[in-house]
Amino acid sequence: MSQSIATHADYNYKVVRQFTVTTVIWGLIGMALGVFIAAQLYWPQLNFDVPWLTFSHLRPLHTNAVIFAFGTSALFATSYYVVQRTCKVRLISDRLAAFTFWGWQTILVAAVITLPLGITTSKEYAELEWPIDVLITIVWVAYAIVFFGTLVIRKTSHIYVANWFYGGFIITVACLHIVNSMAIPVSMWKSYSIYAGAVDAMIQWWYGHNAVGFLLTAGFLGMMYYFVPKQAERPVYSYRLSIVHFWALVSLYIWAGPHHLHYTALPDWTQSLGMVMSVILFVPSWGGMINGIMTLSGAWHKLKNDPVLRFLIVSLSFYGMSTFEGPMMAIKSVNALSHYTDWTIGHVHSGALGWVAMVSIGAIYHLIPNLFNQERMYSHKLIETHFWLHTTGVVLYIAAMWVSGILQGMMWSQVNEDGSLTYTFIESIKASMPFYLIRFIGGVFIVAGMIIMVYNMFKTIYAKEGSLKASADLQTA
Amino acid sequence: MSSFWSAWVAILSLGTIFGCLAILLWNLKNYTHVKEGESMGHEFDGIEEINNPLPRWWTYMFLACIVWSFFYLLMFPGLGNWEGLLGWKSSNQGIKNLAESRQLMEQNIENDKYVHLDQQVKYAREKFDPIFEAYAKLPIEKLIQDDKAMNVGKRLYLQNCSQCHASDAKGGNGFPNLTDADWIHGGSFDKIKETLLYGRNNQMMALGAALGDDGVKEVTAYVLSLSGRTVDDDLAAKGKAKFAVCSACHGSDGKGALANNLKVVGKGLEKPATMGLNLTDNVWLYGGSERAVEETIRYGRMGVMPAWKDILGEQKVHLVSAYIYSISRQDDKLALNN
Repeated sequence: MSQSIATHADYNYKVVRQFTVTTVIWGLIGMALGVFIAAQLYWPQLNFDVPWLTFSHLRPLHTNAVIFAFGTSALFATSYYVVQRTCKVRLISDRLAAFTFWGWQTILVAAVITLPLGITTSKEYAELEWPIDVLITIVWVAYAIVFFGTLVIRKTSHIYVANWFYGGFIITVACLHIVNSMAIPVSMWKSYSIYAGAVDAMIQWWYGHNAVGFLLTAGFLGMMYYFVPKQAERPVYSYRLSIVHFWALVSLYIWAGPHHLHYTALPDWTQSLGMVMSVILFVPSWGGMINGIMTLSGAWHKLKNDPVLRFLIVSLSFYGMSTFEGPMMAIKSVNALSHYTDWTIGHVHSGALGWVAMVSIGAIYHLIPNLFNQERMYSHKLIETHFWLHTTGVVLYIAAMWVSGILQGMMWSQVNEDGSLTYTFIESIKASMPFYLIRFIGGVFIVAGMIIMVYNMFKTIYAKEGSLKASADLQTA
Repeated sequence: MSSFWSAWVAILSLGTIFGCLAILLWNLKNYTHVKEGESMGHEFDGIEEINNPLPRWWTYMFLACIVWSFFYLLMFPGLGNWEGLLGWKSSNQGIKNLAESRQLMEQNIENDKYVHLDQQVKYAREKFDPIFEAYAKLPIEKLIQDDKAMNVGKRLYLQNCSQCHASDAKGGNGFPNLTDADWIHGGSFDKIKETLLYGRNNQMMALGAALGDDGVKEVTAYVLSLSGRTVDDDLAAKGKAKFAVCSACHGSDGKGALANNLKVVGKGLEKPATMGLNLTDNVWLYGGSERAVEETIRYGRMGVMPAWKDILGEQKVHLVSAYIYSISRQDDKLALNN
């Protein structure tokens, strides 16, 4: 411990601080947008007949904001923090690191302007047009140089498991982004994909599913591998388990894309191969969950008083739940019921709000005091409140979408004795309306939690340096 | 795909699964120099790792999934060109268009050699075709009295037509109301069925360039005056003089092609296509505000009704037509233009 304190001042915390603060702010913006478009689905009048305020324009902004602004900023912040501390060395280049921060924020601002204007490639989660795509590539290469360069000059003999996951995520996201974004520009703000037909669809979902697999899973597993043992002050449960589940996870995920295209023009062999790989993937995914949760063995009592640890551990439970659900939904006969329904939306949010958001929030509550020379956050009571608001919100959200999704799937496949469909599409939407309201309420809970987090963060940052003592925190808890 | 790419797919897929198996088996043994349950001896920012064995239930689950995957890939297509022992196909693979798909389906059904889709189609035909054949034989007078038939027609309408013409069949901007007596192509049962079977392509020419800005304003005033609206009389008079260009389709009285018995044949369609609308009533397909009418005259309109013959088949079209015929004459005095 004395050693890390000695080198403390030598780490580049500036870029980590910048990314940490923007993570929280983008999180609030992205989730608030989500609540707004959820409200639009229940009260369509909220479109106000203004084109850029419509669901179609704001939905991609919501997804981009939560994935690339909130989630990816959290990955930047934590990976820069973790790689320095586990390699005992400062980032290889402060200037490149600063470039990744300002470059990434520029990209995000460009997204905030272009998406509501309807400037889009129409590829899901890759909507940004080609000039922004080029900038993403440049920033990402800089990120890779900073991260891997720092690994190269490390002062430890081994590379810690968290860094395997961060590294895997950085390399794969670069490949995914470049291959899927290949397009022929016809003007400054319009381009056409170089792929066509079923190939275009396959490339898109190879990208789409691995954005989930590598960005939203591998990256965040890296985060988990540092912050869970750190917060719990326990050793990682099994070194060998981390080896097996890392290699199995990265090699299987890359095949799973076709399960997004079941029952389409994609050839049969591609569909069943994608399904097989998705089903096996369930096991290595659970390997990560087991390793995280079992790290707590011998320290379960800490969950009672530590809401930060609770964020981290509950995030792993949601991770386990959604990585069980995903492979099940990838099975063709289950997919026949779930595809195109709200079940998919529920599944995504159990991963995004349950796993990704909770592990990030936990990590950031751990980070902020360390970055701003405090022993604790301004208020543990508020973290506690945030935890319950968030958990309640997520449960409301995903339960509503499960029920709505299964209801839709069943209504859509109901036929009359003459073979005609029993329900029209609009009838299934009508049936979903109550669940849209519940989803909206769940979202309000989550955003309320984020507002508390922003308050708590600024109170901690602006507190007098070193004034928040760990001992005082126990009394408030 | 060529045998090269087939082998490529098979080797990579099996390689991935075997690779997972190998790394699992390798890690079942304690190959480290550390006793199980003890720290690996590395320390990263205070974090240590324990050399615990893989959980046994998890290992068995992994093995079970791998065994299942080999079994599945043996039975079903997945490894490149390998078709699987069950010979199962969702549909005819490698087809390029709908016509080819239909042709192959008919061949397969004839030869008793089915892919999944053919089986489903065959099953549906055997089960449901007799119902629609029986309805197709009923004359329209009987059909509209048959509540069950009208119910089936209504369901087909709601599934296939309501997206444009609305659930209550009252239409919307650009989509005709089917419940009133205002028919563009005729409201008799035969005419309705013809519209559904072959579709319509109702074009209004863009006249902005021909009439000029002033001309468009003048003709707009005249058109509005036809349905009794208050307009600037001078403008309307000038518009009337320019209405000749419109009368080819709308008739010199503006009552439309149907009332004037005009036949205007559109390009590439079997049946009379473009039929000028009646401008003297207060029914406006594209909006009746001055601005909307002006826009219609200046830029033209392109109304398209798809052809349903190949989508639903003639028997189902027969039922839907009967349903539409029935809802359009719920009130007899509305049934004027047949």
